[in-house]
Amino acid sequence: MSASTRPAGRAAPVRAIPGFPATLAITLLWLGTIVLIPLAALALRPLELGPAGLLASLADERVLAALRLSFGGALLAALLNLPLGLLLAWAVVRLRFPGRGVLDAALDLPFALPTAVAGIALTAVTAPNGWIGAPLEAIFGWKIAFTRAGVVLALMFVGLPFIVRTVEPVLRDMAAEAEEAAATLGATRAQTVMRVVLPGLLPALLTGFALAFARAVGEYGSVIFIAGNLPMLTEIAPLLIVIRLEQFDYAGAAAVGLAMLILSFVVLLAIELLQRRLRRGRR
Amino acid sequence: MSGAFRRAAQDPPWARRLLAGGAILAALLLLALPLAAVFTEALRRGVPAALEALREPDTVAAIWLTLLVAAVTVPVNLFGGLAAAWCIAKFDFPGKRLLTALIDLPFSVSPVIAGLSFVLMFGARGWFGPWLEARDIQIIFAVPGLVLATLFVTFPFVARTVLPLMAEQGRDEEEAAATLGAGGLQTFLLVTLPNVRWALLAGVLLCNARAMGEFGAVSVVSGHIRGETNTVPLHVEILYNEYQFAGAFAVAALLALLGLVTLAAKAVLERAAGRRAGGEA
Repeated sequence: MSASTRPAGRAAPVRAIPGFPATLAITLLWLGTIVLIPLAALALRPLELGPAGLLASLADERVLAALRLSFGGALLAALLNLPLGLLLAWAVVRLRFPGRGVLDAALDLPFALPTAVAGIALTAVTAPNGWIGAPLEAIFGWKIAFTRAGVVLALMFVGLPFIVRTVEPVLRDMAAEAEEAAATLGATRAQTVMRVVLPGLLPALLTGFALAFARAVGEYGSVIFIAGNLPMLTEIAPLLIVIRLEQFDYAGAAAVGLAMLILSFVVLLAIELLQRRLRRGRR
Repeated sequence: MSGAFRRAAQDPPWARRLLAGGAILAALLLLALPLAAVFTEALRRGVPAALEALREPDTVAAIWLTLLVAAVTVPVNLFGGLAAAWCIAKFDFPGKRLLTALIDLPFSVSPVIAGLSFVLMFGARGWFGPWLEARDIQIIFAVPGLVLATLFVTFPFVARTVLPLMAEQGRDEEEAAATLGAGGLQTFLLVTLPNVRWALLAGVLLCNARAMGEFGAVSVVSGHIRGETNTVPLHVEILYNEYQFAGAFAVAALLALLGLVTLAAKAVLERAAGRRAGGEA
């Protein structure tokens, strides 16, 4: 391609490798057609309601309840996944026990298992007659399937690998010297973990939290089976989009979708700002 | 090494046992149990009954449709992903970070919103709806819609798995090839591609697993017409909602097998590459 035929003698031929214009063009075409133009439709469509109509469409009690459940549930699930993901990453990196290799591979299961399968599987296990659901109900009177607890459980399932897989490499690369230095200076194990190990993992934990949250907030397939989908109670925001589309309320559906995107952008931005503050604090 | 030193640098044996036990218990409860439930429910009435459920005409049609959708989407995203990874890893240009972020964008967009975007464009009341209707072209509630929605949700997989490796390998080999007079395509096929083949395979594998297992995005654009626009995951939902649990779990077990095969193949690839492939699944 023409980029390689630039006159010799120019300093540092940055584009000595040919093929830049062609691959950039393909990339932009691919990205534009599949992702950007459709998302533009999503951004522009709610505008036809007008500002007042848009607000009215979102101020509906059912919409607010669904958004609260999707965002609250996603945040709670990501929060509960933090210690769980840390434990699993720790086990895979730092411990040696029979079956560790299987555990390592199994941690990617939520990535590889289709969400509809995860949904009916979790429902089967936690339903009142399920392997876990039956004893929980008999002993404690707790219900998981068809309640908000079920929604959070499904969101934990899909988000867990994000935290494990973000923490794992950092834990692996974390130099043993830091822990040994703390030990040399007379720290107890608890002090070493709390003051040396955990602070070192905090940025990775936060990144994993953000990824798990972003995935969970829009999750649909694994949730709708276990949720029971009662309006105002266990109805998630993506389901409300589906319901509005079925009623041919395109603009209303797009309004909910746009609100979801903007809200999750705000949450992710807040996490990013927290990350930056952490980085600055450590310098 | 003094006892006190070891006590502070390492977890005591009882803590190691406790942590390992906790990790195994958590994985059993949250991961193994649901998976076991799928196969137990599927085989509740025996293997022949489960196989019978898979031979239902609607199920067979769903399997063919899912294969078709994956056969179209995976090559498109493979081609686009490779072009993007090469362009970002081997060249410097303004807006590179933005472009990288945009390629990752579909991972943080709800699949339902992805499906919705295509309905807003091509649905009966979408931007191009009337134009398409006048020409009798159907995209939503038809196979092209399924393909588009699947393209969106599987968009980043190949680029994401290949890009970090390509960037890490630098440009020396490509520049050498260019100096020796190789063209762009030649350099790419003979120099860059062999260097990233394991990561590329892993990316294709994950892309395919997601394409075949996608639910939310295709659910919105499908219209759920049995035998026509019903993919395998959507068929699981239909059977389940009709209380045909044995059939639903038999089909779900098929999808679960796909997931397990993908995981096993990924583990093999990672070993072959001698390193953990970057990027999440």
